[in-house]
Amino acid sequence: MSQVNDAAAGHYGDRPWLAPGAVPFIHIQGVSKRFGDFVAVDNVDLEIYKGELFALLGGSGCGKTTLLRMLAGFEEPSSGNIFIDGADMRSVPPYERPVNMMFQSYALFPHMRVEQNVAYGLKRDGVPPAEVRRRVEEMLAMVELSDFARRKPHQLSGGQRQRVALARALVKRPKVLLLDEPLAALDKRLREQTQFELMNIQDKLGVTFIVVTHDQEEAMTLSTRIAVMDAGRFVQIGTPTEIYEYPQTRFTASFIGTINMFEGTVVRDGGGLALDCADLPMRLALPEHFDGGEGQQITLAVRPEKIRMSKTQDAGGGAVVSLPGKVRDLAYMGNLSIYRVEVGKAVVQITAPNQRRLDQREITWDDEVHVGWDTASALALTE
Amino acid sequence: MRKQRSTFLFSALCFGMAFLYVPIFLMIFYSFNYSKLVPVWGGFSTRWYGVLFQSEEVWDALALSLQIAVVNATFATLIGTMAALALVRFGNFRGRMLFSGMITAPLVMPEVITGLSLLLLFITLEGIIGWPSERGFTTITIAHITFSMAFVAVIIQGRLAGMGQELEEAAQDLGAKPFRVLFDVTLPRLAPGMLAGWLLSFTLSLDDLIIASFVSGPGATTLPILIYSRVRLGLRPDINALATIMVLAVAIGVIVAGWLLFRQQKQRTREMQMAGK
Ligand SMILES: Nc1ncnc2c1ncn2[C@@H]1O[C@H](COP(=O)(O)OP(=O)(O)OP(=O)(O)O)[C@@H](O)[C@H]1O
Ligand SMILES: [Mg+2]
Repeated sequence: MSQVNDAAAGHYGDRPWLAPGAVPFIHIQGVSKRFGDFVAVDNVDLEIYKGELFALLGGSGCGKTTLLRMLAGFEEPSSGNIFIDGADMRSVPPYERPVNMMFQSYALFPHMRVEQNVAYGLKRDGVPPAEVRRRVEEMLAMVELSDFARRKPHQLSGGQRQRVALARALVKRPKVLLLDEPLAALDKRLREQTQFELMNIQDKLGVTFIVVTHDQEEAMTLSTRIAVMDAGRFVQIGTPTEIYEYPQTRFTASFIGTINMFEGTVVRDGGGLALDCADLPMRLALPEHFDGGEGQQITLAVRPEKIRMSKTQDAGGGAVVSLPGKVRDLAYMGNLSIYRVEVGKAVVQITAPNQRRLDQREITWDDEVHVGWDTASALALTE
Repeated sequence: MRKQRSTFLFSALCFGMAFLYVPIFLMIFYSFNYSKLVPVWGGFSTRWYGVLFQSEEVWDALALSLQIAVVNATFATLIGTMAALALVRFGNFRGRMLFSGMITAPLVMPEVITGLSLLLLFITLEGIIGWPSERGFTTITIAHITFSMAFVAVIIQGRLAGMGQELEEAAQDLGAKPFRVLFDVTLPRLAPGMLAGWLLSFTLSLDDLIIASFVSGPGATTLPILIYSRVRLGLRPDINALATIMVLAVAIGVIVAGWLLFRQQKQRTREMQMAGK
């Protein structure tokens, strides 16, 4: 079974779920978790394939940690089943699961040195001492902590501790590694470095990762697929591109990245359909994928970087939306600028690369501009 | 205004301290008195310390007291730690609240009551199963364990409640069975608390008079009992010397226990910081 999976993974690279006959490595079946009356995880179904780097993304308290804890065995599902590598995990205690977890707060043993922390899991498995030593050294070298092997956790910086936690979870070469906000405590530079490290490790060891995060940028850069969670349920599951470019709901669209949303009613306009939005001076053409009908209440969503802006009227045409507006606000971010343009009663946010220096830019405060986008770049969201 | 208040507080503090410690210093002072009559100063000497250690009775009492204290402290630490673990860690079992309240009862129970009830227990037991056939070392030790363990349980409970379960979960996650987790993770982290509990139990046992006199028998005289019985026949300078030595021993025990608890507190703060919370 796992051989089929390996072959499939080889062929389909980081999209193993597309391989014909691919068998999910982790299978979560209708799992719920209730704490008293409160439903923390609500009837969740999920299939994760070998070698994936799967991100769980969602706001605080939406049930991410609870789901991981059920995978690791610290919480029993109130209902539903979890299978890992074909085996039912019901009543399998944490110490017998082929899963290692890196805790949100690292949970390093304070009374043990770094090397003892890393060696702990191997010793419990009865690995011979010589091999334990070799593998610990290897792992510490990989996370660049060889010089710190004899220190206690409290003598390390936050980032170093995080790497010890990672090494401790990885050294056992688990089939599944659960990471609960692994990089939350790191500064931006170290975080990016570690993200690449994680991807390297995954390439090298072929471990299946499930990463919990509420940092959407992290999810975008790290993962093969993302599950967006809200109030204990999955709102959408897909590749980072799918989630970013084709969010299916308003929640997903606004949770990942920034997006402009125009609410309105679908009306007949000339030959086709258009959106009549009370706040805007003109109707908006709808993207082709919209298959609803007249009178429907929908939201048209456009990403800020997909909107163009110029001082002259756009060439226009059927496939382009063009609206007159006035620049109200402008933020300089170095590589790009964020413009807030007043269009009718709505404010449209636009990001544009700074192709010229700040003092030479064409468009600035209070300029009259035309904003526009290709109709195909917009999304019609019904929920 | 502020000055006045602080002067007032300062004198209150001095008065309180004097109230507490003058009698003890007086006793220490007179233990170095050459004169046989306690309140009459006859010059500095360590003569009574010499006299003290020539008395076999004193040596026997000291040996008995120390044995009881060590055995008591050891058992009280083990049982108290287990009780605390059961109370904090093994989920909600029936009667947990009741048990939790009851374990601290010996801390507030008047010693006379504890002593009396234990005496009754021992007599009843002797009547039924013929044990304990005589009252002495065993009965005093058991009696001391009952109240010492309550102190240990309270110390350990506090530590456990502040510790959280995460490290235990991490150990399990890495493949350690629950029993292993107890020895690898839980107990090492409890060690300072257990040591403090041990020292506290040791000193509590060493200076207990009331409970011990209830449950001791003819041949078993602990140090406090010896002191009390001798002083009842009149103040004696060698008893001052003996009491001074006990003060020293108890002070050392309490200071070390306090230091350990302080360190434990500091470590907890550090762990909280480390968890980034
Ligand atoms: N043991 C528990 N008893 C009761 N409620 C709980 C328990 N554990 C978690 N919850 C609740 O379940 C919900 C989900 O918690 P969870 O820890 O999974 O959130 P999360 O998605 O990891 O959030 P965060 O991003 O803040 O870590 C929360 O509302 C929380 O209050
Ligand atoms: Mg969480």
